[in-house]
Amino acid sequence: MHNKTVAELARELDSGTVSSLELTQQLLDRIKKEDSKYNSFITVTEEQALADARAADEQRAAGNATPWTGIPFAHKDIFCTNGIRTTCGSRMLENFIPPYDATVTENFRKAGAVCLGKTNMDEFAMGSSNESSYFGAVTNPWGLDNGEKRVPGGSSGGSAAAVAARLVPAATATDTGGSIRQPAALCGITGLKPTYGRVSRYGMIAFASSLDQGGTMARTAEDNAMMLNVMAGFDPKDSTSIERDVPDYTATLNEPLKGLRIGLPKEYFSDQLSPAMEEQVRAAVREYEKLGATVKEVSLPNAKLAIAAYYVIAPAEASANLSRFDGVRYGYRCEDPKDLMDLYTRTRAEGFGNEVKRRILVGTYALSHGYYDAYYLKAQKVRRLIQQDFANAFKEVDVLMSPVSPSPAFIQGEKTNDPVTMYLEDIFTIAINLAGLPAMSVPAGFVDGLPVGLQIIGDHFAEARLLNAAHQFQQVTDWHQREPK
Amino acid sequence: MTISRENIEKVAVLARIQVDDDQVSALEKDLGNILDLVDQLGAADTDAVEPMAHPLDAIQRLRADEVTETNQREAFQATAPATEDGLYLVPRVIE
Amino acid sequence: MQWDIVIGLEIHVQLATQTKIFSGTSTAYGAEPNTQASAVDLAMPGTLPVPNENAFRYALMFGLAVNAEIGRRSVFERKNYFYPDLPKGYQTTQLDKPIVGPGYVDVDLANGETKRVRIHHAHLEEDAGKSLHEDYHGMTGIDLNRAGTPLIEVVTEPDMNSAEEAVAFARKLHSIVTSLGICDGDMSQGSMRFDVNISLKPKGSDTLGTRTETKNLNSFRFMEQAIAHEVERQMDILEDGGKIEQETRLYNGDRDESRSMRTKEEANDYRYFPCPDLLPIEIDDSFIEDARARLPELPDARKARFKGQYGLNDYDASLLSSDAKLASFFEEAAAHGKDAKLTANWIQGEFSARLKAEEKTVTESPISGAQLGDLVVRIADNTLSSAGAKKVFEALWTGNGDNVDAIIDAKGLKQVSDTGALEAMVDEVLAGMPDQVAQFQNEEDPKKRKKMLGGFMGPLMKASKGQGNPKLFNEILLKKLGG
Repeated sequence: MHNKTVAELARELDSGTVSSLELTQQLLDRIKKEDSKYNSFITVTEEQALADARAADEQRAAGNATPWTGIPFAHKDIFCTNGIRTTCGSRMLENFIPPYDATVTENFRKAGAVCLGKTNMDEFAMGSSNESSYFGAVTNPWGLDNGEKRVPGGSSGGSAAAVAARLVPAATATDTGGSIRQPAALCGITGLKPTYGRVSRYGMIAFASSLDQGGTMARTAEDNAMMLNVMAGFDPKDSTSIERDVPDYTATLNEPLKGLRIGLPKEYFSDQLSPAMEEQVRAAVREYEKLGATVKEVSLPNAKLAIAAYYVIAPAEASANLSRFDGVRYGYRCEDPKDLMDLYTRTRAEGFGNEVKRRILVGTYALSHGYYDAYYLKAQKVRRLIQQDFANAFKEVDVLMSPVSPSPAFIQGEKTNDPVTMYLEDIFTIAINLAGLPAMSVPAGFVDGLPVGLQIIGDHFAEARLLNAAHQFQQVTDWHQREPK
Repeated sequence: MTISRENIEKVAVLARIQVDDDQVSALEKDLGNILDLVDQLGAADTDAVEPMAHPLDAIQRLRADEVTETNQREAFQATAPATEDGLYLVPRVIE
Repeated sequence: MQWDIVIGLEIHVQLATQTKIFSGTSTAYGAEPNTQASAVDLAMPGTLPVPNENAFRYALMFGLAVNAEIGRRSVFERKNYFYPDLPKGYQTTQLDKPIVGPGYVDVDLANGETKRVRIHHAHLEEDAGKSLHEDYHGMTGIDLNRAGTPLIEVVTEPDMNSAEEAVAFARKLHSIVTSLGICDGDMSQGSMRFDVNISLKPKGSDTLGTRTETKNLNSFRFMEQAIAHEVERQMDILEDGGKIEQETRLYNGDRDESRSMRTKEEANDYRYFPCPDLLPIEIDDSFIEDARARLPELPDARKARFKGQYGLNDYDASLLSSDAKLASFFEEAAAHGKDAKLTANWIQGEFSARLKAEEKTVTESPISGAQLGDLVVRIADNTLSSAGAKKVFEALWTGNGDNVDAIIDAKGLKQVSDTGALEAMVDEVLAGMPDQVAQFQNEEDPKKRKKMLGGFMGPLMKASKGQGNPKLFNEILLKKLGG
């Protein structure tokens, strides 16, 4: 059962070959047995899951099932869950139990899905390797057979590892600079970051508000479509969410790709990309040509500025977003503060990890007196230039394709000493967040036994087209079905 | 671009994060490298460019002025570090 | 040396919305601590702001009332600083693109002149919570009920040159926002708070001196005292050859003292940037027209109408028109009382004195405008003497009856104005006081005669059981005594 996709499980539940309770128990057992290898979960909610599974079986018996009724899955520990600890990977929230649900959480509850727990992540979603979690690093299921402990990518590394290791068929995730696509690529699964504003951010703990976007992780494009059907939509509680109809993303998966115009941004096939990686990506593009797509080279001349702009905007927004963690109303508070200043400075020094502190300090500096124009304002202008590059490209092509990461999963500890090297992991993904575009990572081969991802980028609200393109690819390839040993 | 120890200490006070001398040394290097990365922005010609705040240039929607929240003090304060008589407690504030 | 005083004001006006500026939490005053603090107000992780339509509507109405340019595209910024009453660690406010741009207010001064005070801008922002400094084991208690209450901060140009002008402006602003109904104007509850920027410069000089800011004045009286105090303080320093520090000061009204507010940071660096959780707000024509249609009569227009419609003099019209609630009380009373001048006198006299004595507002008055009007009718038609009128007023105020005529009947306060009956009483009383009559008639000094005349009134009122019309008694007496 653990090898089945969401779509397959939905059919099994529907036909009655398995109950949600049985399925849930099986996966909980599997998590208990296997997760010590990966550390992909921070919290497993066994009792709640079993209760929800029983309720789901009753719903189904009463004839009130949705496609998600009784399907087990997991939430990235960034989504607030009413009554269930939500840590965001931080000591700051080690014991934080929110008395409210994120809109995404609520949507899955209403759909009858069964949440098995909260997955590990880089602290406050800041990282590309899942090594900055207060609850320990996550290990990629790939490479373990060689005795290598490799990173799953980040920040949604727990979700990606859990899906790749077949602990859950699907998991929610978030993406601020590549945090869905890069771990999906490194773990050999399928992930989608929707258009900014497509999925509500309410109750999703903020890192960088103008870039954060909740999205999906599963093994197939079809399952991603099923997830997005639950998650997408306008939310009156999120001012930045978009009032726009939500299509049934599963309805267009089987559209033929004949005539699909693919653009390859030449800046994304640069020397930062290893030849072996590049060959896998180009091979995937050739598959699309066989499916009837046409391919041309395009240019994103300002893409090279994306990392620089991102490392101003994201830390600046984060520096303010994380000010609420002050030890007053919830979360960690230092022992015996001697005065107010001591309460603040020690709570935040002890409650936050190094990467989070680094980014808060960079952001504070970028916003401070005399630097606002040179950094923040300039970065917001560069952001528009980057967005215009994409807009120009989409006048000529329907989707863009590129690698997701410059290299496959690296060994744990390899990049932790140099933040800037770590930041370059996101060189192909960050511009998409700055432009607010939807993009996917689709398994597209292996290098040295490690998965390689193909990035498919669409224009705003082109999620259905991306899912269609990914699904058609998965009908003629089996990369997404490969299982780590 | 380099960032001075003095600047790091100043920024740490603004951000209310205690840093010791060793940390300041490490931050001097890391923040310097990050700022070098960020300084690439200077190369862009942005003279006639409007800054972008929202990827879709969307406009704010307004909410009707109706009470939708109820008192949940007990639930919220269950997760608070220190409360008394319904108040959150902090070390004495001197105005 | 002679000095020019230069004053600019920043006024925080709490908007009378039902809910907070970014959440659907009630803003009702006086709730138990933290019972009106929802997830958004507490800055719980992941929560997001959604702006209140009425906050914008009210700000627009204010802008229209002060002849201001309207910011068609306004933007919220984050002002970053740590304080326990500021849950997010930043205040959401407006900086470069406020909702209300430059405007002006004309203020009537006591000397009859009109002073124009320019408004620099007014912006929308959220209020902070409150720190309670009673001792909780050496700790401070934080109540976040007020956090997120919508404010407009009105910033004037430094156009005022004396405490009198500043207070006159402040009163006028109070009158505008209460007339608009966008603020309850209750200063004791902090609904309006004033920060005063003061500097001095040598008389006639063009260069502004260094200014100080005195914060959080919440009554007109404290504001006047604080300005006088600060002007004197600065003058002393300057005349001793010293320099004024640019600083923020706190004024203690009870002790008439002020002190500098110490800031631990060398300089505040608020790191403003546009709030990424909120989008730019575009104000279209229809929203402006909707706000314009909601504008009630403003104090200037009302004053002019009171003079024309009720024939009030400038002083009465000004006093009765400035407070919207007092003005409508007056209009209700005048509609019943017919005699507008007499109504105005009663409101400014007995009625206002009683409110003040009991620390009540107009809306808390136990007497309605209609009742006061009915009372005025009975004074005007001589049914009541002034002493009788006060008795009726007292009964109405204390709830011993609610109908003026019924009270007059029940208490037997109706004056006897039948001249025949009164003459008979005068004859009878005079007949019983021959000595006094003779004394009166022999007295030549008009002052003494007047006093002696009073000596007959007591017995007359006694004879009439207090119901004789004193004015008529007087006339009859003079006639009978040949006076």
